Amino acid sequence: MANDAVVDKGRRRFLTATTAVVGGAGAAVAAVPFIKSWEPSAKAKSAGAPVLADISKIEAGQKVTFAWRGLPVFVVNRTKAQLDALPGEDTHLRDPKSDNTAQQPEYAKNEWRSIKPEWLVMVAICTHLGCVPDFYPEIKPEPFDPNWKGGFYCPCHKSRYDIAGRVFDGVPAPANMPIPPYHFVDDTHILIGVDPGKEVA
Amino acid sequence: MTKPTIVSVGKTMLMKFAIALTMGLAVLGPVQASEGGALQSANVSLDDVASMQRGAKLYFNYCSGCHSLQYLRYSRIAEDLKLDRKDVEANLIFTGAKFGEPALSHMPADDATKWFGKAPPDLSLEARSKGADWIYSYLKSFYIDPSRPLGWNNTVFENASMPNALWELQGLQTAVRKAGVKEGEGAIERLEVSTPGRQDAAAFDRTVRDITAFLEYAAEPAALKRESMGVWVLLYLALFTLLAYFLKHEFWKDVH
Amino acid sequence: MGAPMTRIQTNSRVINWIEDRLPIFSFLNAHTGGYYAPKNFNLWYYFGSLALLVLVNQILTGIFLTMNYKPSAAEAFASVEYIMRDVEWGWLIRYMHSTGASLFFVVVYLHMFRGMMYGSYKKPRELVWILGMLIFLALMAEAFMGYVLPWGNMSFWGAKVIISLFGTIPWIGESLVEWIMGDYLPADATLNRFFALHVIALPLVLLFLVVLHLAALHEVGSNNPDGVEIKAKKGADGKPLDGIPFHPYYTVKDIFGTGFFLMIAAFIIFYAPTFGGWFLEHDNYIPANNLATPSHIKPVWYFTPFYAILRMVPSLFGTAIWGVLAMFGSIALLFFLPWIDAGKVKSVRYRGLGYKIALGLFAVSFIMLAAVGAGVVGELIPEWFGTHVDATAIENLFGRFWTIIYFGFFVFLWFYSRGMEKTKPVPERVTTHD
Repeated sequence: MANDAVVDKGRRRFLTATTAVVGGAGAAVAAVPFIKSWEPSAKAKSAGAPVLADISKIEAGQKVTFAWRGLPVFVVNRTKAQLDALPGEDTHLRDPKSDNTAQQPEYAKNEWRSIKPEWLVMVAICTHLGCVPDFYPEIKPEPFDPNWKGGFYCPCHKSRYDIAGRVFDGVPAPANMPIPPYHFVDDTHILIGVDPGKEVA
Repeated sequence: MTKPTIVSVGKTMLMKFAIALTMGLAVLGPVQASEGGALQSANVSLDDVASMQRGAKLYFNYCSGCHSLQYLRYSRIAEDLKLDRKDVEANLIFTGAKFGEPALSHMPADDATKWFGKAPPDLSLEARSKGADWIYSYLKSFYIDPSRPLGWNNTVFENASMPNALWELQGLQTAVRKAGVKEGEGAIERLEVSTPGRQDAAAFDRTVRDITAFLEYAAEPAALKRESMGVWVLLYLALFTLLAYFLKHEFWKDVH
Repeated sequence: MGAPMTRIQTNSRVINWIEDRLPIFSFLNAHTGGYYAPKNFNLWYYFGSLALLVLVNQILTGIFLTMNYKPSAAEAFASVEYIMRDVEWGWLIRYMHSTGASLFFVVVYLHMFRGMMYGSYKKPRELVWILGMLIFLALMAEAFMGYVLPWGNMSFWGAKVIISLFGTIPWIGESLVEWIMGDYLPADATLNRFFALHVIALPLVLLFLVVLHLAALHEVGSNNPDGVEIKAKKGADGKPLDGIPFHPYYTVKDIFGTGFFLMIAAFIIFYAPTFGGWFLEHDNYIPANNLATPSHIKPVWYFTPFYAILRMVPSLFGTAIWGVLAMFGSIALLFFLPWIDAGKVKSVRYRGLGYKIALGLFAVSFIMLAAVGAGVVGELIPEWFGTHVDATAIENLFGRFWTIIYFGFFVFLWFYSRGMEKTKPVPERVTTHD
């Protein structure tokens, strides 16, 4: 059929390529709504909305668990003795300075991994395989550690964390337990899920 | 607000065409439940954010006590109607609901049935099932009727269970019947405000129009996005089709 | 064109390796670049490829809808609103699906009418036509069940009315209806099984039939507006003189058609998704209520011609089955079209005047019956003739007239094509192309 003599091959190639590129770009853009439809829906976002935690009833040394986005968030009112023991733990920790930035916001990258030293706010999910560690607050020898200075012990595979959620060296868990975004609304309320100074979305 | 651009002019034209088409089809087409004669045109526009904002405030003051919007979240209202969270929490949320939750009424359904004979329906989709004109006309058509349990009747929806929630604004309307027709025997000629309310007729029309606009929005929040992006999709497709036309034309030079 | 598949020539070792084991590239080539189609296709020939496009759209958007839809009577309605409001872009995906459903029937009806105009059902394409009719049947079942899924009040009552049709079958009717619903009214079980059929069973059947439809078509070759068999005149190279390779000529043409069609579809999706209550009905925004029938109960527009026939046939001898038989008959007759029509000439261009008029009347009857079935006629009568007339009687008269025209077409065609028809000479080669 094709009469090669009159065919402008360049024009034909150009139009084929242009149509293909424009059509391909359109198809790629059309795929975006489908991909985005997998993101958390308004319902999921509402259920995962920031949680206002009332901490006025938490005594020194006590822990209360709040659910944020379906995750257990431990809020611990740490005692002076527990805080004083923290520097002594550094030598047998994997990441004592919290250099792994994925595990806490910038404002919690400090000795206590918190905004106010006594208040620990932490997603209590073991970084090994996702179990919820148990809270062993007392500074006394425990069956799993004779030099226990208070902290968290995962019953699944025996990972240990100190009272700032920093992981011990030589246990299965690879990283410190994560600190969620949070800030103090006032002295007795913490908003879990929102960084300090950020407007609630 | 903004200067008309080619796109916004195009969008307006598309909208006008869509409205004309839809009205044309609606005339021919499946009827919306329109008991009780001709409806007045609500003439609402999803481009009028201020009207929808006023409508939202009115809705939550006058309607939300009994009616739910079970599919509409407060957070969505804030986002779409450009209200900030504090404004919504202070002026729209009267139930203690959270910001991300849907606007549910606190009236227990059992009590409502006892009080009104029928639980007040959810209004999330009222504008889709009945249409904006119906809502607009209905809200304007309450009149005093002592024969009804709550003393109210409505010319658009006869023997409606609902009392006139807006009577303070509109005043009290009474039915003017044709000469020689007794009360309760139909043939209402028109409705007349017998005891004035806080608003005159024009102001009340605006009030009802605002509520209708808000319910029109509530029935399909996505309409805002849909209408604003459609023109871009069409422009893209026009370009693609044009290219495809040239491509086809080029190849078909071979065919004799 | 039924010719044995020729091996594609390539130096690529990968392609040759695959070809030795599975000649997929040769197969694809045989059905694109190697498939010769008549060069005189006109506007009517876009609708086949557009139907395929819509099918792909329905499958893709449908898959994404199932990710958030809940097939239970208690949750279905709310899950659709969840898709419309809470799921990112869910509204777009749903409107693409709902608009696609209606446009599917638009293109399929035009595609079928094209087949009737140009005699594409005639020998040797009878099976292409019958497979197409089977696709149409499966599509109607698919659309009906899909329409039930949002579980609005029209979904519920539509399901009830359509399922009740089976109740008119003597002896087994009543138990059949219960069996279809799995309950005494359309209920959770009904919705759940319709969901299974809508998302798995019928799409598989549809895809299978589409493959067969295309395979049969490519075996016998496409018809064309002149109704000329292009295979009858071949050049020295063995290729039909009036044929052109489907690829690239018809691929580029169909891409253009696709772009144009998508503009129409996008306009509807973005600016008139309910299409004035024709594509998405007002009463379906009210949740299913088994105690309150919508005031205007009728099927979606694409079923209305057949629904009108159902309504126009009165009950006789104490049974309503005649209307049901007429309705199914109106579809069944189309299956037999290749044998009802004995005309020697395929295309309407060269057929007798009687056929042209009959086909025109048939098309008009289809539209008029659609108007009757949708209730448009019933509404317009009081407007045109005043409220003092008996609207139902006039509507029945009107509807029965066009029902007779519909069936009359087939009767007329039987006799006309077996004697009276005076055809024009058919040219040896195709006449026009663009």
